[in-house]
This record gives sequence, structure tokens and C-alpha cells, in this order.
Amino acid sequence: MTALEFTIVVLALSALAGFLGALTGLGGGVVVVPALTLALGVDMKYAIGASLVSVIATSSGAAAAYVREGFSNIRIGMFLEIATTIGAVLGAFLASRFSTHALAIVFGLILLQAAYMSFKGLPESAERVASDALATRLRLGGDYPVAGSPQPYGVRNVPAGFAMMFGAGALSGLLGIGSGAVKVIAMDRVMRIPFKVSTTTSNFMIGVTAAASAGLYLKHGYIDPQVAMPVMLGVLAGALVGAKLLMHMRVKTLRMVFGAVILALAIEMIVNGITGKV
Amino acid sequence: MDDHRLETIIGRLLQAGVLLAAAVVTIGAVTYLAQHHADGVDYRHFVAGGPDTSTLNGIVRSAAHFESLGIIQFGLLLLIATPVARVALAIAGFALERDRLYTVVSVVVLLILLASLLHAT
Repeated sequence: MTALEFTIVVLALSALAGFLGALTGLGGGVVVVPALTLALGVDMKYAIGASLVSVIATSSGAAAAYVREGFSNIRIGMFLEIATTIGAVLGAFLASRFSTHALAIVFGLILLQAAYMSFKGLPESAERVASDALATRLRLGGDYPVAGSPQPYGVRNVPAGFAMMFGAGALSGLLGIGSGAVKVIAMDRVMRIPFKVSTTTSNFMIGVTAAASAGLYLKHGYIDPQVAMPVMLGVLAGALVGAKLLMHMRVKTLRMVFGAVILALAIEMIVNGITGKV
Repeated sequence: MDDHRLETIIGRLLQAGVLLAAAVVTIGAVTYLAQHHADGVDYRHFVAGGPDTSTLNGIVRSAAHFESLGIIQFGLLLLIATPVARVALAIAGFALERDRLYTVVSVVVLLILLASLLHAT
């Protein structure tokens, strides 16, 4: 393959990945890594390096739009970023110790979970709670717009949420993904933060978390300019278009189809990892 | 300065950082493809690149010589720097709000990010 052909093919695949990732809320990373490794035979380490860069781009690119909606909570985000960044540094360190086969198998397992989430949709907890003692001391509670007027919300179970965020950061650093789904579950389900606040705050955290792995990724040569260039530009463009369309589309059917594709990718990734093809 | 105003400023900063990074990467990409479009490429087996693409000093030096891959990598560095700048701005914002707790929290996050980026020097 020539450099021009490679760039065009990767640009197109990445744009599709970013588009689907934005529409389904799973992010571009979980799609772009298997697309590169399974369809083009790109080594996992180049794929996760390029994916990490694209994750920073989509997170930062979408931030202004999220802020305008008035949902994200900068205190919750910043406090939990202590956990995600430390986790990310550990994950990036482990990525250099893992074999490509082992990385492929772990990635396949994460894809299985992503497929499950696409079929089920992200679980959303309904009723609001008051902050517990630790969350009150940390002043994590806030308010968010419901039907135009601000409604206050409380935060609970900070230690459990913090521990889960450490895990989300480690996965992000190990696999070059945003691991937004784990972050949302930690905030929405464990810490009882409203779903909208959880998703938008998670988007903010993804970029900072990924930046914490970037130093080690650069040092180990995972961020290769020829691979990362079309992935970053493609995923960013696809994600911006996807986010615009999201407001005018019914995504339930799409999510089912996407879930089936992810499930197939998960199985292929795990099988290839075990047989040593990836 | 309140939290929402701080978040609006930070959101704008992030967007500007991404657009700038994407523009630099695109310039590098056009230069690279103009010179190397017919070269064969193979990414089937991982080979760690040299200092020109994997260390901060090497990337800046290479970009300053207008080498296409150096320009792309410099654009990616700008991208990696946007969330770091976001945390630095949050420190200033919390300090202006006289919020000691969250100024310290933000400083801790910034130190972790900088310690990680030091690996690439």
C-alpha cells in the first residue's frame, strides 16, 4: 500500500468510527482500534496510540457545546481527574509491558461490554438524593437545568466512585480509549449524579485522562505521525458531524446494528489475540 | 468569576486548541503527502520511531526544520497540550474564586500531567 492509499483508507474508516461513536455515545476509540487492526492489519500499538490522540481531539472539540448546555460540573470533574490521571499513567505503563496478543484480548473484552451497552442503552438512575458527609465537605453537589429552571442535586459514595475512576483511567491508558462508559456508570450509578451531568462531565474528563497517558505513549513510539494524522483528523470530523445529527435522529435502531457489529469485532479480536494473529 | 463563566472560558479554549492543532496537522499532512504519496508503508509490525517523533525536543527541532512528520507531530503535541492548559486555567479560575480546596485539587492534577509528559523529554 502507498502512503496516499493508506492515508485515504484510514481517514475514511476513522471518520466512520467517529461518526458512529458520537451517535451511540461510545466514542470513536472503541471502533477505530479494531478497524485498524482487523481490517488493515495495523499493529495494536500504533492503533492505540492513534486512538488516544483522537480521543483528546473529540473530547476537547465537543467541550464548548456541552458547556453551553450548562450541565457539566467542573468540581466533580477536577476532583475525579486525580483518580483517572493516576490510573492512566499506570495503564500506559502496563501497555508497554503487555504483549500485543494480551492487549487484543483485553480490548475484545471491553468491546463485549460496549456491545452489551449498545443493546441495553446506558442505564439511567432517576431519583435525586442529598449529598453525604464527604461529598458535602468536598462541595461536589450543584444544580442543572430541568425544563429551564435550575434543580439542585447531591452526590454520594465518593470513595467507591473515586476507585472506579482509577479503573477507568487505567483502561484508558492501557487501550488508548476514552472509557467514557465506565466514567458515566461511576458517576450516574455509583455517585448518584444526574445522567446529563455525568455524560457531559465525563466528556470533559476524557481529554485530561488521555493527556496523562500521552507522555508515555510518545516515549514508547505508539504515537506515529503517519498513522495518528488520518485517525485524528478523520475521527474529529466524523464526531463533529455525528454530534450535530444526534439532535435530529432516532438512534435506537442504529444502536442495535452498531451493537451487533461491535459484538462481531469483539469475538474476532479475542480469537485473533488467542491464536496470535493480532 | 463563577463556575459557569469559568467553564465557558475553558470550553472556548479547548475548542480553539483543537482547531489550531487540526490546522497544524493538516499542513503537515499535505506536505507529507506531496513528498511521499507514492512511498510504500507497512504498519504490520511495531517499530519504535526515533527521537524526532518521540521526544518533545526532537519533535520541536524537526518541526522547526519544516520536516513534514515533525509538523504533524508538533500539531499532535498542541492537541495533547490543550487539556493541560485547561487544568492550568482552572487553577487560575479557582484561585480567583478564592477556593483553596479546588485550587489545590487542580494543582495536583496538573502535577500528575506534567510528571507524565516529562517522560517524553
